[in-house]
Amino acid sequence: MTRWLRSFGAFWYDFVIGDDWRGAAVVALALAATALLVHVASVNAWWLLPVCVIAALGWSLRRATARKP
Amino acid sequence: MNSLALVLTVFVACAVEAVEALTIVLAAGLTREWRSTFQGMAAALVVLAAIVAAVGPALTLVPLTGLRLVVGALLAVFGLQWLRKAILRASGYKDLHDEGAIYARQVTAAQAAAGGSRRGVRDWYAFTLSFKGVLLEGLEVVFIAITFGGNQQNLGLAAAGAVAAVVVVAAVGIAVRAPLSRVPENTMKFAVGVMLTSFGVFWGAEGAGVSWPGNDAALLAIVPLMALTGLGYTALLRRTHATAAQAGPGTVRPVEGSTV
Repeated sequence: MTRWLRSFGAFWYDFVIGDDWRGAAVVALALAATALLVHVASVNAWWLLPVCVIAALGWSLRRATARKP
Repeated sequence: MNSLALVLTVFVACAVEAVEALTIVLAAGLTREWRSTFQGMAAALVVLAAIVAAVGPALTLVPLTGLRLVVGALLAVFGLQWLRKAILRASGYKDLHDEGAIYARQVTAAQAAAGGSRRGVRDWYAFTLSFKGVLLEGLEVVFIAITFGGNQQNLGLAAAGAVAAVVVVAAVGIAVRAPLSRVPENTMKFAVGVMLTSFGVFWGAEGAGVSWPGNDAALLAIVPLMALTGLGYTALLRRTHATAAQAGPGTVRPVEGSTV
């Protein structure tokens, strides 16, 4: 049962998150920051998520293609 | 979002996955046995239909703001995956998805596998190969169709786009009886990655409380922005890859593998 649950979790992790969890982390943090700016500071931060997503993609690509030291 | 964008996105995403599923089904059917292969395919389609039937109506009960936040986040993450892989493939850091080579590998494995019937299925290997292939490729399509359709409160249209793609790919597959290796899969994946990321950003931010300048028209800026960003990264990485390749073999680091 434990093994089945583990492989079930691993499947969904790979399905949604994929090879680089950092992209998912950036999206989650950016959405949280956007919600905070909108609801707490009353700033209509529509620009934050696109900037973070573009930066996350670049970061992820850089990590994937950088040569090992 | 207009209906055309919804149908087109689901259609292209579904077509890419259907091409991949077709390769597996053909390998199982042509080298093993068609009846068990079709049984596996039908069983997978029943499971996928059950998922749509269970999750689809449930989505309509979730408040739209919460739905957009969660679905937007998932689509942005999912879209980033597709875009990242398409860019790595287009720039040469990752091998292109070669349906011909995948078909050859599947055929070799299918020929080597032992036969045997189980649970009323004549060839269990052909059944499971076909079932897994269709189910795994189909799950991505279901995810995209449900999230897009649910957000637009038009699941029927999203499902129509998905079914149309399956019918077109199946018809072409039956006609040529070979894996569709000439389909520009990576370009299609890039386009779908751009659409998923763009709509994910749009809906996610909206769900977080943002008011987009120009409301829905903001998508007319977000989609080209994501496409240009992807093309820019591709051009940059192509140059880096070419420079590294010129420096000699072994200087280009292979990136991690994936099946998406």
